[in-house]
Amino acid sequence: MEMLWFWLVSVMVAIYVVLDGFDFGAGILHLFVAKTNEERREVLGAIGPLWDGNEVWLLAGGGSMFLAFPKVLASGFSGFYLAMWLVVWCLMLRGISIEFRSHLKDGLWRHFWDSTFAVSSILLPILFGAALGNVLRGVPVDGSGYFEMALWTNFRVGTHPGILDWYTVLIGVFALATLAGHGALFLAWKTEGPVHDRARALAMKLWGLVLVLWIVSSYATSIVNPGVFENLPKAPLGWLATLIFLAGLVLVFVGTKQARPLLAFIGSGAFILGLLAASAACVYPVMLRSTLDPAYSLTALNASVGGPGLRAGLVWWLIGFPIALGYFAFLFRFHRGKVKAAAEGEGY
Amino acid sequence: MGDPLFWHRLQFGFTATFHYLFPQLTMGLAFIIVVLKALGLKTGEARYNDAARFWIRIFGINFAIGVVTGIPMEFQFGTNWAQFSRFSGGIIGQTLGMEGMFAFFLESSFLGLLVWGEKKLSPKGHFGAALALWVGSWLSGYFIIATNAFMQHPVGYTMGADGTVQLASFWTFLLNPWALVQYAHNMVATVVTGSFVVAAVGAFWSLKGIHETQARLNLKVGTILGLVFSVLVAFPTGDLQGKMVAKHQPVTLAAMEGRFDSGTHAPLTLIGQPNVAQRRIENPIRLPAVLSFIAYGSFSSNVKGLEAFPQDQWPQNIEFLYYAFHIMAGLGTLMILVMALAVLLLWRKKLDSSRAMLWVLMLAFPFPYIATTAGWVVTEFGRQPWLLYGLLRTTQGGSPTVNAGQTAFTTLGFAGIFVVLGILFLFLVGRELAHGPESHAEKA
Ligand code: HDD
Ligand code: HEM
Ligand code: HEM
Repeated sequence: MEMLWFWLVSVMVAIYVVLDGFDFGAGILHLFVAKTNEERREVLGAIGPLWDGNEVWLLAGGGSMFLAFPKVLASGFSGFYLAMWLVVWCLMLRGISIEFRSHLKDGLWRHFWDSTFAVSSILLPILFGAALGNVLRGVPVDGSGYFEMALWTNFRVGTHPGILDWYTVLIGVFALATLAGHGALFLAWKTEGPVHDRARALAMKLWGLVLVLWIVSSYATSIVNPGVFENLPKAPLGWLATLIFLAGLVLVFVGTKQARPLLAFIGSGAFILGLLAASAACVYPVMLRSTLDPAYSLTALNASVGGPGLRAGLVWWLIGFPIALGYFAFLFRFHRGKVKAAAEGEGY
Repeated sequence: MGDPLFWHRLQFGFTATFHYLFPQLTMGLAFIIVVLKALGLKTGEARYNDAARFWIRIFGINFAIGVVTGIPMEFQFGTNWAQFSRFSGGIIGQTLGMEGMFAFFLESSFLGLLVWGEKKLSPKGHFGAALALWVGSWLSGYFIIATNAFMQHPVGYTMGADGTVQLASFWTFLLNPWALVQYAHNMVATVVTGSFVVAAVGAFWSLKGIHETQARLNLKVGTILGLVFSVLVAFPTGDLQGKMVAKHQPVTLAAMEGRFDSGTHAPLTLIGQPNVAQRRIENPIRLPAVLSFIAYGSFSSNVKGLEAFPQDQWPQNIEFLYYAFHIMAGLGTLMILVMALAVLLLWRKKLDSSRAMLWVLMLAFPFPYIATTAGWVVTEFGRQPWLLYGLLRTTQGGSPTVNAGQTAFTTLGFAGIFVVLGILFLFLVGRELAHGPESHAEKA
């Protein structure tokens, strides 16, 4: 049961990254791929009806972690206290800038929200990447089950690292590049004209960068957390995940080459999903690795709430999850086809 | 000030209070929009759809702020109340998770369709989107109220071996009698907020002499719904809430009422200032034996006063609790009177010409906001000194590794962001009001 919930939570987080990832990517790139007001509104029109729903995966994933592994949530959220609030503030400003930008026709107003949208969309992947980096590297959880971390110390990886050190920043940059690439493919799929062309050209370069950063990051991970990959060959799910992300990577390049943007976008989604699942398979069953003593690590077994809660949760989860997927299928179908900027006074 | 707990509490209370200003209008308007769309479908008259379209625009702005102020709420359980989350996450995580899964997905998926989809959808389809949003927002209300109700009156749990609470019965927990009563009262109150806002806008246009059809329509819908729901908020729902508190949190009731001594035939204090040091109410005006009747259904029942409880079980801020409760109940009475008068004038067809009444309606829209905020203050301060009633004290619930400075810093950060959000909200809603409904009324 604990193992099942470990995977449910991981899958929800991975779905979150894939879905909100493409609207982060759109935010990272929109200043570069969309120059005129019309073009900006095309980008916003592509993500506008979807971003809030995408973000709900974070809330639902967080809720699932809360019900299954409250000790991990308590320790992680309070340990990363300041970083958490940076994330939340960025999420807040980003949401507002998407929703309110087109309410006024004023140029200055729109410039302001465009910049807010870009800055928050750039910071968030770095922070999320750094969070993943912290999970892979480990944090100084002690016998009380809690830990305390400065935002940064000397940027070295040790027993008392900061939230940001060279390794977590590297993973942050990797995440930024990946989501930028993911967003570029999304825009190439959903738009036409100049936005499409620029996004496609950028996607080529970005994915080259992702490839390099992926290799560097994997090597770095094996340095800061020796033995992290030992689990992988033993877990069938790990094999599956590896297969998915490698296939995704191939699709990205094939799809881009052959000008089949949907294929490439599905590929980048599969890459992110598979890579996160493979990371989960590597660390399983550890959820928060202690840098002080492996005995202090919080795992799916010692941090779970136990049987009755997990079973009750599973029942409604199995009902709710397909419904949620249904909404998304409906939304993507409803908004299918290329987007056009809406008339003034309407839409995003 | 150097006490982290002080800042945790300030931050949570401040952000929750601000957040709740928005969802209450979301939930109230969602209901009213469904009513308007249904009337539009049934009668085929364009004015109902015009009105709905205007309120959907307001709804969209309000909803956006509700979403962005709601996100930090979810995080605070982990960041600020780590020990509490650790202790009770296995239970309250259930409702918080279900809220995401069953309510927020529904709301976020259909919001875009409701706000921007009218041209793409059939009238029935658009009505369906309104309905989905209403169901979604009222469901999210239930899950969060059920979470809060568990903190007020924990049921359906057992104590686990590791000293945390564990789920014993899912349905007992989900259908907590406290949650059902609290939900009824709270949701009725959101419709009160919605109808006061609708009536105020109608009154504003009417006083300015613009958008006449719409002004009249909004006045009519706002005052009729306003009267019905203002009555419902006091009776039966408010009354039931009071009985619930009397049964399960008698010490809270004593503090809310400023009752220091026990005894039968307890009087209801209408006005008066509590003096906690001397344990009495100064200059009171009282209705004899009424409190006994309200709380337990008989004039001769014994209502315990604060003296019947050990002092370490008393809510800490008794004066505040007392005033908040009396403000809520007092405003509730006043709001019934205002709406009753307005409906009387409406019935006599004199509402549009009675400028004094229109002024009152226009200026009365803050009343429900004040009453709901005061209501939450009663609920949350009344629960003190417990975080989970009878199980976990507030002093035991904070985050051990977070210090006062950090929390003070982030609280200030929130204050800054909320000021900006508040100004944006007023500015954008003000623009919509100035535009009025007609400007969006081109045939879809
Ligand atoms: C329009 C707003 C409004 C109005 C006019 C009233 N209430 Fe209320 N009340 C609320 C809005 C509200 C609320 C904001 O919705 C609360 C806070 C928590 C909750 O679920 O409902 C609440 C809580 C609340 C509580 C606290 C329960 C607890 O301690 O947990 C009681 C006892 C009452 N109400 C009773 C009344 C009575 C007797 C009223 C008489 C007229 C009344 N309310 C009017
Ligand atoms: C939106 C309406 C709400 C308002 C206005 C509100 C207000 C407050 C206030 C003023 C406090 C500080 C109390 C004190 O320090 O004595 C507080 C504390 C708290 N409330 Fe609420 N609250 C609301 C809803 C909720 C809900 C729905 C929950 C639970 C799901 C909740 C959980 C808490 C917690 C965990 C604390 C901190 C512990 C404490 O100080 O009691 N609140 N709230
Ligand atoms: C303190 C506890 C609370 C938490 C953790 C919380 C959490 C949230 C979150 C995360 C959102 C944004 C959802 C999205 O992205 O779509 C939200 C919006 C919402 N919340 Fe809260 N909330 C709290 C208090 C309340 C209360 C007391 C109510 C009503 C009874 C309420 C009702 C709603 C509704 C209806 C929405 C939809 C958006 C809106 O209305 O503006 N919330 N809340």
